[in-house]
Amino acid sequence: MSNTKYIIGSFADPDEMMDGIDRLQANNIGIYDCFTPMPIHGIEAKLGVRPSRLPIAAFCFGITGTMLGFSLLYYTMTYDWPMNIGGKPALPLPNFVPVTFEVTILLCALGMVATFFFRNHLFPGRAPRVMDLRASDDRFIIAVDARENTDHEKIANLLKEAGAVEVKYNERKYVSYE
Amino acid sequence: MGTHSHHHDYNFSEQFVFTGRAKTLSLVAIVVGVVAIAFGLLSSDHIMVERTYANLLLMGYYFTCVCAAGGFFLAVQYVTQSGWSSGLIRIPQAMASVLPIAALLLLVIIIGGLFSHNLYHHWYAEGLTDPQSPNYDALVAGKASFLNAPGFLIRQVVFMGSYSICSWLLAKYSYNEDMDGSLNSYKKSFKLSALFLVIFGFTTPIWSFDTIMSLEAHWFSTMFGWYNFAAMWVSGLCVITLIIIQLNKRGYLSWVNENHLHDLGKLIFGFSIFWTYVWFAQFMLIWYANIPEETVYFYKRWEPEYKPWFWINILINFVAPVLILVNRDFVRNRNMLAFVCILLLAGHWLDYYIMVMPGTVESHRGFGWIEIGAALGFVGLFSFLVLNKLSKHALAPAKHPFLEESLHHQI
Repeated sequence: MSNTKYIIGSFADPDEMMDGIDRLQANNIGIYDCFTPMPIHGIEAKLGVRPSRLPIAAFCFGITGTMLGFSLLYYTMTYDWPMNIGGKPALPLPNFVPVTFEVTILLCALGMVATFFFRNHLFPGRAPRVMDLRASDDRFIIAVDARENTDHEKIANLLKEAGAVEVKYNERKYVSYE
Repeated sequence: MGTHSHHHDYNFSEQFVFTGRAKTLSLVAIVVGVVAIAFGLLSSDHIMVERTYANLLLMGYYFTCVCAAGGFFLAVQYVTQSGWSSGLIRIPQAMASVLPIAALLLLVIIIGGLFSHNLYHHWYAEGLTDPQSPNYDALVAGKASFLNAPGFLIRQVVFMGSYSICSWLLAKYSYNEDMDGSLNSYKKSFKLSALFLVIFGFTTPIWSFDTIMSLEAHWFSTMFGWYNFAAMWVSGLCVITLIIIQLNKRGYLSWVNENHLHDLGKLIFGFSIFWTYVWFAQFMLIWYANIPEETVYFYKRWEPEYKPWFWINILINFVAPVLILVNRDFVRNRNMLAFVCILLLAGHWLDYYIMVMPGTVESHRGFGWIEIGAALGFVGLFSFLVLNKLSKHALAPAKHPFLEESLHHQI
């Protein structure tokens, strides 16, 4: 039993990588993930990637911002120290709209960035880890879980037939930029 | 599978056949409109005549705005060198080609209303600028260097004339492109679009000040131009989307799919919010500052006969599109998107109604056969002219340099 954890097929051309996905799937070999330096149309559908849940997080952060902004205004302007400004009522709802709106946008945007960083293990001071260093440069990567798919020779052959310029047997899941 | 495959089975030379129900219904609507307007204009009741003119202005302005939005859509696509829209560009082109007719019609309405004193009598009447006259109005007299009949008419002709020429030419260049197939048409369109956008951007606010805001000549708002622009752009986008969905359902435009509709839906969503933003910015500053010469506009619209409609306007044009179109599945669903488009088109009719009526018929407002008749007539005329134009050319700009990009559009 080898210590290979992941088999990495490295392609120089996106069409050849898509062909590689087709060949693996035709042979019932599950694909762990793909990494590309640019968006490839139709790849999510081909890999069966579920739609992102980021919008749900965005909504939760946004509604929190709405409540926070409104509470701040209500507490300061209406409850704690009501003032007569231009003869307007103590609860001038139209005036509350801009601030409530801005706090909603602020929390929504910051929250989405934080969620994205959290989900991708990108924290300040931490070197990012990737499965192949050139996936963010000029290579299109298919990663296959070598523990689940045991016929490593067949996988390598299928990847090479599709046009992989390099097939790697990685004993560790990630390589670090460090 | 190649990401740059050039194999497809689309028939780009397919043409819309304008016959049957669409043609009959639009002709019937035109007849209904002409009869209703004729009855209104020939009425012995002067309030009925004024109300007819107000409706003519409302629908004439709406009609011109939607066609101008077609021209604006084309110009934006050319200037940004967009590819996604090239497959559906024949629809705004048909709208842009109809703009000269719409502009001419609005000009006739404006001239008729001005000289019969049914429209714009707040600033165009005997003695308003004469200090010796009992009719003297100091505020209007102060604005007379801008608000005078010759200047007003010259501006209308120059503004609408330039929009018409640019829009018509943009469509013309694309029709020529089908024949010669060279890049010349595209390059000319790009230059003309840049010029058109500059003219359009600087003059549409002034055009709306003249056409609509001057109905209540004492009042002014610098936001009014952008507010009108937003209404124009949203309703134009709704019409484009609605025509595409109807053509799709009848088997035309098979290369325009839910991805293109999604993008149009996002534009409608975004600009509905923009419309609300401008509407609210105008409202809130006036409400907060509470200066009588500014609040007079909203005071009139808060009279009992207008107040419910004033708030329903916000409900239809802001709350409804935001709640429905925020959902990806709803934007990509043809029936749901068509429903929102129809709702918004009705909503912007109400929006224009609230702009026009309090300054013309004031408390004698109503919703009866003249409103329905005039609206039907203009919708029929628009449908007839645009669909007729659409049937004259192929439904795809087969030689458009970015057509291939549009076919593969995916979001």
